[in-house]
Amino acid sequence: MGYYSLLTTCAFIHLLVFMPYAYSNYLENKAGQFFSSGHTNNWAVLVSLNKLGFWFNYRHVANTLSVYRSVKRLGIPDSHIVLMLADDMACNYRNPKPATVFSHKNMELNVYGDDVEVDYRGYEVTVENFLRVLTGRLPPSTPRSKRLLSDDRSNILIYLTGHGGNGFLKFQDSEEISNMELADAFEQMWQKRRYNELLFIIDTCQGASMYERFYSPNLMALASSQVGEDSLSHQPDLAIGVHLMDKYTFYLLEFLEEVHPASQANMNDLFKVCPQSQCVSTPGHRTDLFQRNPGSVLITDFFGSVRKVEITKDTINLTSSVKPPIQRSGSSDMTIESLTYVDQLPVAEIIHQKPKQKDWHPPDGFILGLWTLILLVFFQTYGIKHLKHIF
Amino acid sequence: MAAHRCGLSLVCILIFSSLAHPSSCDTLEKANDNTATKRSISEVNTDGSVAGEDMNERQWQSTDVEVNRSDGTKTSETFTPAPAPAPARDQFQEELVIRPLHSGDIYASFQFRTLWDTDFLQERQKKVSHYRLFPKSLGQVLSKFSVRELHISFTQGFWRTMQWGQPFIPSPPGAELWVWFHHTVSDVDGNWKELTNVLSGIFCASLNFIDMTNTVQPSASFKPLGLGNATDHRFLRYATLPREIVCTENLTPWKKLLPCGSKAGLAVLMKSEKLFHSSFHSQAVHIRPICQDEQCTSKAWELRQTLNVVFDHYTSGQGKKEWSLFKMFSRTLTEACPLASSSKVYVDITDNPEGELFELSPATHLLSRAVVLGDRRTYSVYDLTRAETFGQLRSFNLLLRWKGDSGDMLRPLLHAERYVAGFGLQTGEIHTVIYNNHPYRAFPVLLMDSVPWYLQLYVHTLTVTSKSRDNKPSYIHYQPAKDRHRPHLLEMLIQLPPHSMTEVTVQFERALILKDLTSSALVPSMVAMSTNFTQDQPLFSSFVPVKEESSYFVRVYTEPLLVNLPTPDFSMPYNVICLTCTVVAVGYGSFYNLLTRTFQVDEPSPPLAKRLANFIRRIRGVPLLA
Repeated sequence: MGYYSLLTTCAFIHLLVFMPYAYSNYLENKAGQFFSSGHTNNWAVLVSLNKLGFWFNYRHVANTLSVYRSVKRLGIPDSHIVLMLADDMACNYRNPKPATVFSHKNMELNVYGDDVEVDYRGYEVTVENFLRVLTGRLPPSTPRSKRLLSDDRSNILIYLTGHGGNGFLKFQDSEEISNMELADAFEQMWQKRRYNELLFIIDTCQGASMYERFYSPNLMALASSQVGEDSLSHQPDLAIGVHLMDKYTFYLLEFLEEVHPASQANMNDLFKVCPQSQCVSTPGHRTDLFQRNPGSVLITDFFGSVRKVEITKDTINLTSSVKPPIQRSGSSDMTIESLTYVDQLPVAEIIHQKPKQKDWHPPDGFILGLWTLILLVFFQTYGIKHLKHIF
Repeated sequence: MAAHRCGLSLVCILIFSSLAHPSSCDTLEKANDNTATKRSISEVNTDGSVAGEDMNERQWQSTDVEVNRSDGTKTSETFTPAPAPAPARDQFQEELVIRPLHSGDIYASFQFRTLWDTDFLQERQKKVSHYRLFPKSLGQVLSKFSVRELHISFTQGFWRTMQWGQPFIPSPPGAELWVWFHHTVSDVDGNWKELTNVLSGIFCASLNFIDMTNTVQPSASFKPLGLGNATDHRFLRYATLPREIVCTENLTPWKKLLPCGSKAGLAVLMKSEKLFHSSFHSQAVHIRPICQDEQCTSKAWELRQTLNVVFDHYTSGQGKKEWSLFKMFSRTLTEACPLASSSKVYVDITDNPEGELFELSPATHLLSRAVVLGDRRTYSVYDLTRAETFGQLRSFNLLLRWKGDSGDMLRPLLHAERYVAGFGLQTGEIHTVIYNNHPYRAFPVLLMDSVPWYLQLYVHTLTVTSKSRDNKPSYIHYQPAKDRHRPHLLEMLIQLPPHSMTEVTVQFERALILKDLTSSALVPSMVAMSTNFTQDQPLFSSFVPVKEESSYFVRVYTEPLLVNLPTPDFSMPYNVICLTCTVVAVGYGSFYNLLTRTFQVDEPSPPLAKRLANFIRRIRGVPLLA
């Protein structure tokens, strides 16, 4: 009896001692998992490749906007999303409900919403701009919202939808991008350390051909159809008159609607989206360049945004508030003269306006050439010995 | 409190009358409240409107109803005489003006004004780094590019002057941007290019397509709307993009510039699904320096964000002739923006003095009179800073029910049209027609035309005719285009005779460019006319400052022109191949044959008898017959 009680007390003491240790171990594991993905920020580049001016390419814009919506919902802010829509469907004159883009028939879900920021639109969506955004080689005056300011700890999601063929994608009906160019662009990104991991999703006909040539590490790719297959569109809406979405993206959207910022769904679930029975085409994926096991990659690693929270227990002293600059009265003696408004149409002034003094420009090429000709002829006729009389 | 206010208001009346121009008064009435204050619109004097009102307004309570400005904006600040040592250095006012149109439609105009007493461009002051109500993104743009004035507008649809009258603030279809730079800028073109790129990022628009091929430097049509001493037109740049689409992505950043965002105040009404389902939608941002006070010794920066929208659900057959805030915007108002010093809704009831045309509910006793573009108009005022405006339900929904049929609208005094005449794809003629509908007054009008370089104008064919007689303009400024470098710019000052139609024609030739397969070009709207108009009563617009009290300034835009450019014939290669091959085959082939063919004499075969005879002779070994 005494032995048993001693044993139980020993066990109890051991439990008491080791439980916090076990708990902290558990916390450490959790923390370790938190940092194991290796990325600190998330970016998304969403491109819709439809040709400008074709109303039946509504579904491409709806595809891109539904991914945009999911990505925003899961936490990536607008400043980290580069959205490129090659056509304006929402405010198109053919849209019976302006400022809306629907993904489900009977107008159930408006993916355009009220808070959308499109970075590249219309004629700005070109192969050149797309590659410049990816590689970061933009002219210096490009605003921040149009840049992909990723670093080597960024996870980037790239989504393309539109019309494509075996090994190429169509941009604006007059340009194309080939799979080799895309692979080279990703290699440039890798060399410049512009991504940590990259997920590439493509929803076009023969989409799998686009990721065949990738050779940079840490790339994972998904496509809606294999080489030789067409990606099909989903359902038409009779009021709007066009097909609203493509099948693959429709089921992708339905899958993503179930995902919330804390969900543990991983890439293997994403690969199962839209099997052939639903999609008619066979979705494909490529993970050989990816270093981690897809089963351990969370959906939110690419579609959501990482928010690192540091809990501090010490108080932090805020600096004192900024003193406003000297009041107006102090400097009023400097500006004594009274300022006035200008007359909007000073008729008398305009009539008597002196002609604008044109800035002197150096003579044009034609004038220069003419004078050179005259001089040449002159020296030809009179000989070079007269030169000394001139100079 | 009321007595205190009464006393102050009486004091104000005295001060106002001394400042005000005696010839006209703009009255402010409150039917129930006998503290009526008289104010004059024409107190604009040369110092600008804001100056006079600022000083006087400081003595009023914030709940006083203020006069409505001619373009419907609140320019006066109202803030309670605060116990704080320094008055508020920035303030925000918002208002909504609703004007029922004769056709049964509604014109709603939002104006949000932020005033800030600081100077971005002064060097001796510390660099501005603390932004409260003024948006930081715009403030940084202003100081980085040394911008003195910035005006940008995005418009969808065309303003129908004949049906709707004159707008408060006009704008052409597409995007329009004009900027006055500070005189310290050395490279205006470089600053302009960078500014357009930065603005394209802020407003999510493709303003980066603005470059030297569509930028002009008007010499007389644009004057600074804010303070300014010297107006050197070298620092002005103007560009339009007529094809620019306006959609929610332009409205979203625009709303984010407001201090309350779209969460409180009048901006909650801005739901894109309703705003873009209209026949005219225009949003603009205007930044300019204005007088801080009456003495006008220092500047304050004014940021005006305006949104004009015309709902035409009745004329397009989609609805009944009955309007409410909820029906128009799918929202009702629940509170004013807490950061706003004044928040008001004005409804134009000039055409409805006895209530026979339409009925307004909830009823209000507050009225305001203002002179707008030469017209005396009366407005019903709803003050959202007062709790009783919202009633029991804590929500304000304005209802307008039409009772009678309104008569025809008065024709607008000034109206312009533009069209392309001619046939074929090579030449054409641009006709601009300006109508002056005033029965006996003539006015000067400044016409500005900016035509892209691919329409080659023949300026020697320019004719201006009024009443079928030649009308010589008193000032012409023409800058010809340079291919792929800059567009044409034509500015003319024309005197329009009364009650006449003036036509300006110029011929042009289309250049062949391989732009894209659908080659048509949008020639941007002609920023036409400004008019000076003299009348008995002074007219004033708070947005546009005028020196003389008896004039007002109007800017009219015409529609953009759609011009078809000739496309190359894409069947040409096929035709060329066929023709060339035929020519080669027929011509060269026959020649080759002639030269290389050899001829052999061919004996006809002898008749049967002869052949038999030859055969026998061969056997005998005797020479054959011929």
